[in-house]
Amino acid sequence: MTSLTLVRRIRARPSIVFEAMTTPDGIAQWWGPDAGPVLLAESDARMGGRFQVRFRTLDGTEHESTGEYLEVVASKRLVMSWRWTTGGEPDEHDEVSRVEIDFKPIDAGTEITFTHARLKTEASRSSHEAGWAGALDKLVRHLSSERIAGGRAHDLSEEHAK
Amino acid sequence: MVNYQERQLDRTFAALVDRTRRAILARLEREHSASVTELAEPFAIKLPAVMKHLDVLESAGLITRSKAGRVVTVRLRPQPMKEAMDWLRRYERFWSGSLDRLAAYAERKEEEARRKSR
Repeated sequence: MTSLTLVRRIRARPSIVFEAMTTPDGIAQWWGPDAGPVLLAESDARMGGRFQVRFRTLDGTEHESTGEYLEVVASKRLVMSWRWTTGGEPDEHDEVSRVEIDFKPIDAGTEITFTHARLKTEASRSSHEAGWAGALDKLVRHLSSERIAGGRAHDLSEEHAK
Repeated sequence: MVNYQERQLDRTFAALVDRTRRAILARLEREHSASVTELAEPFAIKLPAVMKHLDVLESAGLITRSKAGRVVTVRLRPQPMKEAMDWLRRYERFWSGSLDRLAAYAERKEEEARRKSR
């Protein structure tokens, strides 16, 4: 049930952001964590359609991920399955995870809420459905930042006391 | 080894779901070690319930318990938490970098669209 959620505000209207995320031309412009090139981008953004993206990072290694579109609501919501087939996280090559993206129009453009969730065990799946995966993330980040800040952990016990 | 790590990760997160257990961990992070009695004090639950929480935390490998006479001392074991964090950080790096690039690209397209409509 481990999951990562990122929220981004983009100064572009939802239809443009959605297109950038779902078309091969768009994907080729941004996919990958650094300035390395996208080598292959295929995307058929409709329910049951597939995507396949191969990219090279600046350290010279190649990575490829693939998956299926599970929900496609133009300019609003995207859900897809996700699997590394080359590089990426080699430990996870047999593992299917899930990516969910919500697009919300805001005055300045679009707010996207992006979640990548592992779907490992039965327990993790049901917990994800129960909806506390996000809350758990916050906790983990909280604990994580406390570690970095040097053990300022009392917030949690106060939370418990309420 | 890989499978072991995967299971470990799931156990770690399952153990973290509960508030009482999180509070126990937070306290151990602050104080390094505490006796079971001390740990139970702030909670409005009975000692056996606290013991059950400690069982979950111990089987997830998040704490260790050692007994000296009648006192059981509980200590934090940070490694599993660190592994869970590492997973999140790897993906955060990947997606954070990608989404930055996506934003820059979409913003360029937006400007183009506005120029054209003028």
